Amino acid sequence: MKKIIILFLLPVIITNAQIEFPILKYYANDFTNTLSNSELSTLNNSLKIFDDSTSNQIVFLMTSSLNGYSLEAFTYQTATRNKIGSKKNNNGVLFYVAKDDRKMRIEVGYGLEGALPDALASSILRNEVRPYFKQGDYYLGISDGLNAIIAATKGEYKTEKSKKEKGFGFPSIFFIILILIISSIFRKGRGGKGGGGAGILPWIILSSMGSNRGSSYGSGSSWGGSGGFGGFSGGGGSFGGGGSSGSW
Amino acid sequence: MSKGLKIGLGILAVVVIIVFLVISWATSKYNNFVGLNEGVNQAWSQVENVYQRRADLVPNLVATVKGVANFEKETYTAVTEARAKVGQIKLSADQLSDPQAIQQFQQAQDGLSSALSRLLVVSENYPQLKANENFVQLQAQLEGTENRITVERQKFTQVVQEYNTAIKRFPGAIVANFSGFKEKQYFKAQAGSEVAPKVQF
Repeated sequence: MKKIIILFLLPVIITNAQIEFPILKYYANDFTNTLSNSELSTLNNSLKIFDDSTSNQIVFLMTSSLNGYSLEAFTYQTATRNKIGSKKNNNGVLFYVAKDDRKMRIEVGYGLEGALPDALASSILRNEVRPYFKQGDYYLGISDGLNAIIAATKGEYKTEKSKKEKGFGFPSIFFIILILIISSIFRKGRGGKGGGGAGILPWIILSSMGSNRGSSYGSGSSWGGSGGFGGFSGGGGSFGGGGSSGSW
Repeated sequence: MSKGLKIGLGILAVVVIIVFLVISWATSKYNNFVGLNEGVNQAWSQVENVYQRRADLVPNLVATVKGVANFEKETYTAVTEARAKVGQIKLSADQLSDPQAIQQFQQAQDGLSSALSRLLVVSENYPQLKANENFVQLQAQLEGTENRITVERQKFTQVVQEYNTAIKRFPGAIVANFSGFKEKQYFKAQAGSEVAPKVQF
């Protein structure tokens, strides 16, 4: 009986933790239902294409309120926990808008602080985003802001992902078949006696390959998204508090 | 072989095995401490970087407000003086175990923090500064740097806590004592010091 109660409680605890620092599933996330689906998917697609071609991960998030968190602490934690950017280049950016608090921030990962310095981030917020937000035109403000971030960070890094991330491409399938053939030869050679060791070997190798794939970027999982939405998956980037905050 | 010799050899073997185990355990502990210590040093150099970054902004900022007609003189001279003090106190990673050294360092930096936030408050009274793109950019850089300082200080505190716990926990503490790993100090949070001075446009 107790176990059942705990099972029921568990999801509640987990979702509570998610509310504090949202898990970002897409490149463009709107928890306020301000943007239409087609607007969101346009933003999402252009950010995904940008990630695919440059490996820079720019993520947009809008919530209604900070719930009392300090803006800088919230964006730093959200960006860090979602591991925006690659581990190698730390090239992630989080553009966050707290709609009802009328606050916004561009949080910049270590690797893009040079391309997108604080003064530029501040200028984007003041000159690109704020004028539209003041008129209540959120979509144009957001897309102009994101375009300015894209323009600033373009050419900073080159993507290495497309080659790495094919997952089960031709070479790995070839490798698996090779292992299976070798292990079957081994088994035959031993005449069925004590062949267990060779039987396990390929699975060890296979599972280690699997875990390798799991720990790499993983944003190639386009099958996970629905329709035109490419799912976002962080690459392990770190942040050092760079960027700029603003209000409107 | 006599019985006594056999027993003797047996005891010797057990002793050798125990000694070997102890040495390999101590070595792994030692290596662990070295790694943690390296982490602290790295985090410290980041803290120094961001403080240096702030200090580097000061001359530009002072020059900009100086250019404004009848800007309060004592405000920016206070900043310049605080900046000079900060420049005198350097704290290398080896001094992190010295509570006095880090306290001095923190005092000097906090002095600059308060002088700078005073300057930003006073600058609110000068509309021509708010219209000055150069000043607005400096302000954004300063804000960003204050935020970086907060973040790097948090990271530093975290790794120092990790390190301190590791070297103080029994039985690893014995290894730490023998090999000279000392407890390290970290920033004592002061009221309001974790919060970067907020500037409203």
